Amino acid sequence: MKKEQESCDAKWYLEAYERMVRIRQFETKAADCFTKSELAGNIHLYMGEEASGVGTCMALRDTDFITSTHRGHGHCIAKGAHTDKMMAELFGKETGYCHGRGGSMHIVDASIGILGANGIVAGGIALAAGSALASKYKGEDAVTVAFFGDGATNQGVFHETVNMAATWKLPVIFLVENNHYGVSTEIHRITNTDTLAVRAKAYNIPGVTVDGTDVEAVFHAVTEAVERARGGEGPTIVETLVYRYQGHYCGDPAAYRPKEYLEEGKKNDPIDKARAQLLKLGVKEPEIDAIDRRMEEEIEAAYQYAKNSPDPDPNAVIDNVYSSDNERSVLR
Amino acid sequence: MKTSVSKAIGQALHEEMERDKNVILLGEDVGVMGNVFGITRGFRDEFGADRVIDTPISESGFTGIAVGAAMRGLRPVVEWMYDDFITVCLDPVMNQAAKLRYMTGGQITIPVVFRAPIGAGRRNAGQHSQCLEALFTHIPGLKVVCPASAADAKGLLKAAIRDNDPVVFLEHKLLYAKQEEIPDGEYVIPLGKADIKRPGTDVTILTWSRQVYFALEAAQTLAAEGISAEVVDLRTLVPLDWETVRASVCKTHNVVVVEEGVKRGGVGAELSAQITEDLFDELDSPVCRVAGKNVVSPFSPVLEDAEFPHPAEIVAGVKKTLGR
Repeated sequence: MKKEQESCDAKWYLEAYERMVRIRQFETKAADCFTKSELAGNIHLYMGEEASGVGTCMALRDTDFITSTHRGHGHCIAKGAHTDKMMAELFGKETGYCHGRGGSMHIVDASIGILGANGIVAGGIALAAGSALASKYKGEDAVTVAFFGDGATNQGVFHETVNMAATWKLPVIFLVENNHYGVSTEIHRITNTDTLAVRAKAYNIPGVTVDGTDVEAVFHAVTEAVERARGGEGPTIVETLVYRYQGHYCGDPAAYRPKEYLEEGKKNDPIDKARAQLLKLGVKEPEIDAIDRRMEEEIEAAYQYAKNSPDPDPNAVIDNVYSSDNERSVLR
Repeated sequence: MKTSVSKAIGQALHEEMERDKNVILLGEDVGVMGNVFGITRGFRDEFGADRVIDTPISESGFTGIAVGAAMRGLRPVVEWMYDDFITVCLDPVMNQAAKLRYMTGGQITIPVVFRAPIGAGRRNAGQHSQCLEALFTHIPGLKVVCPASAADAKGLLKAAIRDNDPVVFLEHKLLYAKQEEIPDGEYVIPLGKADIKRPGTDVTILTWSRQVYFALEAAQTLAAEGISAEVVDLRTLVPLDWETVRASVCKTHNVVVVEEGVKRGGVGAELSAQITEDLFDELDSPVCRVAGKNVVSPFSPVLEDAEFPHPAEIVAGVKKTLGR
């Protein structure tokens, strides 16, 4: 890191802690619903990786943008998405963010800069750079963060996009969450570098690797990348080292991983770490416990909202394929 | 005033860039070189390097960047040097641009245009000669435009740029140099309107792009033999001008669909199916398809000319349909 940043205070940590617990509770509830067959399809859970999304989004303004991945619930919550509309989307309900058209892998809230989770690995990276190009072209100082996983860094479009963004000095941050597994494949079996951030060298931009279980460390790294992007100096690759507590999808027993992986992850739990830091900063236990309870209540309310919301109208299945000439374009 | 198709396309781009600052161009060699066919020559000097963007040879990356920029309100016009290159950038087109409006419940619009030259006849072999419109019409969320005339190319491209949906705009390379009259001044041709290029009463020939000219030649030959063919230039494949198709079929009761692209799974197959499903009682004969053979575009001129339809095959298709 080039310059020292001030340590984060209790107020900051309370906010970060709350967002991380909101994510953990949301994911726990979603997993529960999925296991009970209340949810259709598939969900990919963010438990264990909370500090990465929250540390990143704490460094952003409301007017900044993100793109996300199939494992996107945490990014959306970190950026400020409402858990009731998110849960309703997981339930495929009309009241969900995308009116049940997208589901778990496609949460979008354009009004707060969430340009979308994405079902295609690396699918959001170029979109993020395009958003950054639009910001630069319009003379706006917003930055865009592309969240993606270690698996995405071996897609061609990652390299194509980083090269263009670096050359054109686009205000974008490439935030790679390295949980070490693309579905079942351990990253070092398929990649010839120790870190993923080292690839930044090939594009002549900064690349940093940080402990993704330490929300403050992520915040500082991203803050520096954001300042650089906003200042017109171009992109940075920030690699956060994280643990994916669950398998690739909810229900995947993850038998391909050594048991030490999860043990180590639990020892480095990002929420436990933040709680310890809060106590160190003088926040009393009951105040922290109150956050846990409040989040639990919020997520329970989100669940009730989702469960009791109406399904979409089957007659509206063709709506919104196109913005104009929809009927004719769909039916012919 | 006579203008070439490529110049008409250049005029459309120029007028829309003057009209709307959100219109930007990006692609390989569109800037300093002004496009391999000279369509955007001088644009970079006039509009600036931030609006006329020379990209690296990274179709997937720059197509995705254009889609992302469109999500944020720009109106990018992307150029693929050949439509064959869709093979290396289909994800941003098919899984992103085409789907995001629907998947976000209408929160996001993607006003992007993907321009690409299509077509055989330039002896460029199998990876630079395809007509892939059927690939694009198969994907919900895309509009597909295939102009033939200079006037249409200009008016339709202006409509495509103003449209709020992703539009694939396919230009036949062998039409670029064609000199034709175009209207003076500002005009826009709405998407989804076919044009009856030649009225007739015995048979309807449905076609688009370069085959429109071959169909008109065929119609002239047929007229000399007492057969009156109606040539309908569909111009836009999605949305389809079904009203014009239906009216023509109900008038002639015989249909020949002509396309340069390969026959199997082509747009002609789709049109034939729709007509058969909806207008079966109107038909005096089965819908006939005259289309490219199900082969790879060969290099040898002799072989290439044997691969896609020419006027003689259209004449033969009409005669077979009419039992003459």
